[in-house]
Amino acid sequence: MDKELLFITVIGADKKGIVAKVSNLLYQCDINIEDINQRIMGTYFVMTMLVDMKESKLSLEKVREELEKIGAELKLKIQIQHENIFKMMHRI
Amino acid sequence: MTISVEEVFETASMILYQNLDIRTTTMGINLKDCIDNDFDRFTSKVYEKINSNAIRLVKEAKRMELKYGIPIVNKRISITPVSLIMETHCEKAKFVQMAKAMDRAVEDAGIDFIGGFGAIVHKGLTPSDRMLIEALPDVFAETKRVCSFLNVGTNTAGLNLDAINLIGPMLKKTALMTKDAIGCAKFVVFANAPEDNPFMAGAFHGIGEADMTLNIGISGPGVVHSVVEKNRDCDLTQLSEVIKRTVFKITRGGELIGRELAKNLDIPFGIVDISLAPTTATGDSVANIIESFGIESVGAHGSTLAVALLMDAVKKGGAMASGNVGGLSGTFIPISEDTGMINAVKNGFLSLDKLEALTSVCSVGLDMFAIPGDTPESTINAIIADELAIGVINNKTTAVRVIPVPGMKEGESVDFGGLLGEAPIMRVNRGSSANFMKRGGRMPAPVTSMRN
Repeated sequence: MDKELLFITVIGADKKGIVAKVSNLLYQCDINIEDINQRIMGTYFVMTMLVDMKESKLSLEKVREELEKIGAELKLKIQIQHENIFKMMHRI
Repeated sequence: MTISVEEVFETASMILYQNLDIRTTTMGINLKDCIDNDFDRFTSKVYEKINSNAIRLVKEAKRMELKYGIPIVNKRISITPVSLIMETHCEKAKFVQMAKAMDRAVEDAGIDFIGGFGAIVHKGLTPSDRMLIEALPDVFAETKRVCSFLNVGTNTAGLNLDAINLIGPMLKKTALMTKDAIGCAKFVVFANAPEDNPFMAGAFHGIGEADMTLNIGISGPGVVHSVVEKNRDCDLTQLSEVIKRTVFKITRGGELIGRELAKNLDIPFGIVDISLAPTTATGDSVANIIESFGIESVGAHGSTLAVALLMDAVKKGGAMASGNVGGLSGTFIPISEDTGMINAVKNGFLSLDKLEALTSVCSVGLDMFAIPGDTPESTINAIIADELAIGVINNKTTAVRVIPVPGMKEGESVDFGGLLGEAPIMRVNRGSSANFMKRGGRMPAPVTSMRN
């Protein structure tokens, strides 16, 4: 079965509970985490998650809303974007 | 190969912190098939074709925004040049009525501008072309969303001075009939107008186009500004290289979204126009890029070289990224829509004369600038003719969007609000060009056009 892969990007100050909160939401929605990475870049803490939304119970719109709620609560920027845009911009 | 954290972060920051967006998705619609002897039936068909497709565009563009997390700021419609479809209904009242139907068609779909209420007159004017120009002040006064253009010159036909001489009076009338002369902001006069330009106010659906096309305009002055800031000390070759690489990436992003959007709409994909188009939002200024090259203010000596380098790097990055680069693709330097340009005029660094010099190396022309309301019509015509002569002789697109603001003098300022920004009134040369302009006729095509 083809996967529906998207990147979740979390940007902000590092704090406890980021991974727990985001992955709990994904678990509730039946979204599988394929890969997870984090790095300090300059003054930013950056975490990226590659997720498969094929079996997601929530629509992309709803998932985005829920992620934005977590972002507002933890004072972080959270983006979710289809992986194709990264492939187009960074791979020839 | 997996995408690294750095790469994901780079793309996400372009959108989150550097105002990267899809500036416009513009659907081109052919209206020739709507022509009907019965004028009411004609306008109904036009309304229906525009409105039904505009609704689809808005819906599908929203899906793309959600999927790729990139804002699609404007959804717009461009149409067949209207003078062509009105030949058999050549009455002023009918032109106005048609414009109102088009205005409603996009308003009802939630779209802010429709372009193409214009004519292609570089060689001569048909009765319909003349009537359209005569109707324009009323069209601008009675509609909100209709944009107009005229193409009055090409490098193969020369420059039609008779057509240019109709524009000054039309603009002065429009300025009086619309609040703060705002109607003039919806009119662009071109030389070598591209038929697939997705940017307003000059967008139209050219006569060589298919029934429908989807063109996309991608912008990103903030992204380029950021990369220039990070390379403060490199030489010009390296500077061009880093800009080119950045533009390559954002053009690829635009191409992906344009293609997918066209596929979902089941219409042909037209072009990607990669143009650095400023807005008055903080960090979204083209002037600030020029300044980050190391120039105190845009307009100071060195600015023409800086714009030339920027423009060329943008084009090269775009050309490598997509086989469908078209439209204007380069750099826009409007006054009112760019806080850096506004400040440069207010602080005395940027004159109309220097702006004209900059336009000889940028992708459009004298854009969104205000002049005193008492500027003679012949001087407005001469400003237009000078700018378009640059395009005709140098085989490039040039254009003018000038706003003569009634009652205002040099040093004052008009605030249009929103996307259109604020325009300081610029000084205009007081020497008369009236006797030259009244000669009329057509400047012959330059010798460089004789290639057959």
